[in-house]
Amino acid sequence: MKRAVGRQLAAAVLLAVAGCSTGSTGDGANAARVLTATSLAAAFGDIHDVSPETSSLSFAGSQALVAQVEQRAPGDVIATADTATMDRLSEAGRLASTPQIFATNRLAIVVAEGNPRRITGLADLARPGLIVVLAAPAVPAGRYAGQVLARARVHVRPSSLEENVGAVVTRVALGEADAGMVYVTDVANRRDVSRVDIPKAQNIVALYPIALLRDASHREAGRRFIGVVLSARGQQILHDHGFLPPPGRP
Amino acid sequence: MRPVRRRPAGLPVAFAAPAGLAVVFLALPLAGLLARAPWSSLGSRLAAGPARTALLLSLECSLGALALSLLLGVPLAWLLARTRFRGQALVRALVTLPLVLPPVVGGVALLTAFGRSGVLGPALAEIGVTLPFTTAGAVLAETFVALPFLVLTLEGALAGLDGRHEDVAATLGASQLTVFRRVTLPSVAPALAAGSALAWARALGEFGATVTFAGNLPGRTQTLPLLVYLALQEDPAAAVALSLVLLAISLVVLIALRGRWTART
Repeated sequence: MKRAVGRQLAAAVLLAVAGCSTGSTGDGANAARVLTATSLAAAFGDIHDVSPETSSLSFAGSQALVAQVEQRAPGDVIATADTATMDRLSEAGRLASTPQIFATNRLAIVVAEGNPRRITGLADLARPGLIVVLAAPAVPAGRYAGQVLARARVHVRPSSLEENVGAVVTRVALGEADAGMVYVTDVANRRDVSRVDIPKAQNIVALYPIALLRDASHREAGRRFIGVVLSARGQQILHDHGFLPPPGRP
Repeated sequence: MRPVRRRPAGLPVAFAAPAGLAVVFLALPLAGLLARAPWSSLGSRLAAGPARTALLLSLECSLGALALSLLLGVPLAWLLARTRFRGQALVRALVTLPLVLPPVVGGVALLTAFGRSGVLGPALAEIGVTLPFTTAGAVLAETFVALPFLVLTLEGALAGLDGRHEDVAATLGASQLTVFRRVTLPSVAPALAAGSALAWARALGEFGATVTFAGNLPGRTQTLPLLVYLALQEDPAAAVALSLVLLAISLVVLIALRGRWTART
């Protein structure tokens, strides 16, 4: 069967980059530096494009971002994929504003394009011989996956615990893994993988908080960026990428 | 004939500052590691499950990589040092490639070759062999980056032998293999030891290729460097403690190798 080698190589490079854990877009001297969880990469990228000179984005797994802040890396705004990682910063006194939930997300099963292994739900992930990849427990997506699987009493033997959720998608896209558990948004606009939904009753709701950092050097720009994310425009962009609105919003 | 030795020269004044800076530059990170180490909790941290598992796995994989490197590398070093064939420069370049290739790129390349959807993937699957996500895969990734160290160190030594003793052994009736075993190998023993130590240390410290090709699973593919990387994000003190272990092992290797960097017999 012929394969799109170019596409594979591109996905492989993505895996390499994801493995290195950070990527960034850079602009303007007064731009707010936004530390962004990997699952927000595409959506925040589009929000950034609305006014490129006002923000520069830096992506990594949420727990990696928090570690960066704890080690005094420069940053003005931080957006993580769960409240637990944000709480770490809050307790350490590193935030200048109360975190606000700006979006929610759910988990889904990512499978190879066309779902050749006929995976229909969580229970299938325990199938012997299936290569399943999850995010590491330290990563929010990994923690959520663990919760979902435990509640559903499905015992999965993962073949690898990736350091960020993007890498999970890449393993499946490369054909190295049969399935993985990622956010709905990670598969939303991708054509090289397919998605198997997890019913709401079995799923979690991931809360995404955003906050201004105490050591921010571009406070105004940071506040403005947060404003854009919470505005109708920002919410629309998030919606287009598959995110769900924060609790309390229609 | 012993080579003529130059009288040791004094350090040119202009070199003093940069040389001193270089020493400080190299020493400071190590000093920092020692300074920030959680000495009081070191024992308990290292005896803890994940750390012990990762250390044992690291030792297992690195020794496996060394064995594979010796198996493949000694004949290859011989080929490069003692024979002449077309494309030799290309082979030498191939051997040097893993030294300059970013390890993660090496991992990606290994996936495209030996991965499930790689070039050899289907063929390997036919005979029931899977390499990604396995300990064997981690050994393969480590061998990929460590092999050049062994080959290049040994090749230099083999090429430097003057061959007289081997000729004598051959005229006394020894077979090629016997000559190699009883005369050549002992002559290049220091270089072989140095190359092995370097290859082993490199394999032990490998991260990029291992995590990309073999993935990360405690007990199967999570070697010590991978654990350090993950620990850094959650518990920096643990990461420093684990780093000390790797540092200690590296120091032991270097001290054992002192003075034997260059493959002079």
